Amino acid sequence: MIRRSLIGLFVLGLASTSAVGADASRGLRDLYFGEALYYAHQERYLDALERLDAELGQHYRLDEPPLDTLHHHVGHAEFSVGDFELQYRMHHRAGRAIRAVLEGNVDEAVRNEAAFRLARIHFQKDQPVDALHALDRISGEVPARIRDEIEFLRANVYMALGQPGAAVEVLRRVQRSDALKGFAAYNLGIALLQDGNQLEALAQLDKAGQLRGLDQGGLAIRDRSNLLRGALLMDAEDFAPAQLTLERVRLEGPYSNQALLSAGWAHASGEKFERALVPWSMLAEREVTDAAVQEAILALPYAYSQLNVHGRAAMLYGQAVDVFGDELHKVDASIRSIREGSFLDALVREEIRQNKDWVIRLRSLPETPETYYLMALMASHDFQTALQNYLDLEDLRKRLLAWQGSFDAFEDIIQHRGTYYQPVLPELDHQFRELDSQIRLRLEQRKRIDQRLHAMLTSPRADFLATADERMALEAMARLEAGIGEPASDQDAALLERVQRLRGLITWELETRYHERFTEAHQHLVELNTVVDAMQAQYIAFVRTRQAALHSYVGYDEQIVQLRRRVAGALERLQVLMARQGHMLEVVAVNELSLRRQRLETYQNQARYAFADSFDRAAKAQAVEDQG
Amino acid sequence: MSRYAAIRVRRPEGLSTRMPTRLLASLAVAWLALFAGAAAVAQDVSREQMKGLDEQVQEIKADVLAIAAELSQLEERLLFPSNTQVAVFVSLAAGESYRLDAVELQVNGRPVAHHIYSYKELEALKKGGVQRIYTGNVPTGEHELLVAVSGKLPSGRDFTRTENFRFTKGVEPKLVGITLGDPDSGAGIRLGDW
Repeated sequence: MIRRSLIGLFVLGLASTSAVGADASRGLRDLYFGEALYYAHQERYLDALERLDAELGQHYRLDEPPLDTLHHHVGHAEFSVGDFELQYRMHHRAGRAIRAVLEGNVDEAVRNEAAFRLARIHFQKDQPVDALHALDRISGEVPARIRDEIEFLRANVYMALGQPGAAVEVLRRVQRSDALKGFAAYNLGIALLQDGNQLEALAQLDKAGQLRGLDQGGLAIRDRSNLLRGALLMDAEDFAPAQLTLERVRLEGPYSNQALLSAGWAHASGEKFERALVPWSMLAEREVTDAAVQEAILALPYAYSQLNVHGRAAMLYGQAVDVFGDELHKVDASIRSIREGSFLDALVREEIRQNKDWVIRLRSLPETPETYYLMALMASHDFQTALQNYLDLEDLRKRLLAWQGSFDAFEDIIQHRGTYYQPVLPELDHQFRELDSQIRLRLEQRKRIDQRLHAMLTSPRADFLATADERMALEAMARLEAGIGEPASDQDAALLERVQRLRGLITWELETRYHERFTEAHQHLVELNTVVDAMQAQYIAFVRTRQAALHSYVGYDEQIVQLRRRVAGALERLQVLMARQGHMLEVVAVNELSLRRQRLETYQNQARYAFADSFDRAAKAQAVEDQG
Repeated sequence: MSRYAAIRVRRPEGLSTRMPTRLLASLAVAWLALFAGAAAVAQDVSREQMKGLDEQVQEIKADVLAIAAELSQLEERLLFPSNTQVAVFVSLAAGESYRLDAVELQVNGRPVAHHIYSYKELEALKKGGVQRIYTGNVPTGEHELLVAVSGKLPSGRDFTRTENFRFTKGVEPKLVGITLGDPDSGAGIRLGDW
């Protein structure tokens, strides 16, 4: 049996530790990708997915995606979508985005990482053959940070495929990996065991059980290694080393209850009942809803009875009868309360879920018998899955309800905007059209000046650069010359000569200062560009604002109607699903609790019989003592 | 029954007859739970039923995601059109170990955001996440942004820092990134354009 369940014992370990690529978040170039990571780091995967889906969608709709800031992270973003979908338990969808990377035109290193992530998804979807196929696609350059993880996953896949020998070979290669420390050592022990190499497996688990410098996850695995090794040694009736191994398990870790219970049995099996009293006494003081604690409550007086301390044994059996009686009441109350529907209400209490230890807090709430045995229920994978789905559905329900309310607000906004803009816009448009024609005229003038200046570069025209005064003076001279015509007198001739002299003066000025004036004219045109640019920016801003004004209340009706319908439909389906999921949760809970109840009942009966037996023996011993 | 269960029944029996066999057999049940993995599924909830429900849950998640995407697009178009949209993001500089308690923003002298950080949010920032703290509307042109930060230094000393910045809003959406660094250095609060 233990061999058969070894695959279940194999630790998937770091499969999810890199779910949110930490390296992707530093050197960030796209704020919205950073926002998706912000949600993901808080385990708000729906928000993260919503943000990232939208960002990727926009990115691919762009005419030139390389100019977008997400371009720098697009590979990681695609990977993250897959990771988030997995974390949000959307296994069916997970992998689509990564497959797109794999089939795209990307670097070898990126393609290899995509293949690794796809393999991990297949593995988590319980498709080890596909996972191995994806791993086989990895070749050439592999990013250093995932090299060991690939091998670790490969070993997991081999185990799932029933090839422990291959897994052993792979795991031997990653024993030096710091990131996998503890996990790789433990899994190698399991693979060896599965491969039928019990002695080497024990030695490997011994090694895994004594590793130093581990984080919390690693410490838990170390405890698990010791617990398993202890169990194997007990199986081989090697009780002393079993007990030594079990004593290595930390007293405050997640496996401490089982370790204390086992350590007691290891001593008891070696007929060292005095020593068995130590771990069992410690365990019997712990949280009484735990199965190992309940067993210890019964095992402890058994040890005393073996030591012939029948009085103490009888007393403890008596206490055990009471404790089991209390626990039976609690289980009954839990079952009753669950059947009355209180369980689901308690599970979705928001103020409880804000706390990371919400399961423990729920148990300690007064007036909530439905949650007394929640920790025990959480040990069941089926219950956990059903519970998580139920909580996800509740979260979705709240969102859908909030969205339903926001449609009314949207429609209100649209109506108010329409009421404000509709009378204002026609007059605004009229004024704008007038301004628009003036702007166009000025722009045309500027364009003509520009063309003329360009033409003057090849065909200089000094007269074009005359000032207004000079132009007026030249026109006045032309008028005078026309008035004189052919000089009829000396006076006319003198006047004409004066006029021509003046014209010569202006012509001299124009010709000699031509280059200076041309440069000035060009500078003025450049200066005009700044003004024209500002005007054009204002023009564009106005056009956009005008468009925005229209778009602020036109074109939403149909979309809102459709969304409203979709939200209502989703809510309806969700409520049906939630009822079914809730019912399933209740059934699983009641079934689990019923099993626990049966066990408690058995314990209580056995404690009663043992109490009577110990009481008799104590009485007899007392009588013998009295006679003596 | 597992070999563990067998040994647990056999050994004490061999040692003594005082403990009833059925007691030992039942005690082994708790042991089994550790190694047998998931607890047995109750008979009236089949694995197929659970799988079927799980698939339906996945489908509805996909539907809600699609609705959420369209709705957020609609919301953005309706409430924050690109010509007036401004979004302010907050991130922590790499390696910062102080505890960020709150960030307050004022745009043109008007308070627009005041966020108090939860443990989870702070951890998310430390891991490199970026928080969109404010989305609003401003006209094109120059604007003032005041950023006030408060928290606790590794030494246990409380701190508050305030910085004033200017940013220019064009016709396109404006993204403003605030990076919070070492409060005791000159670059405690930095502003970046995106």
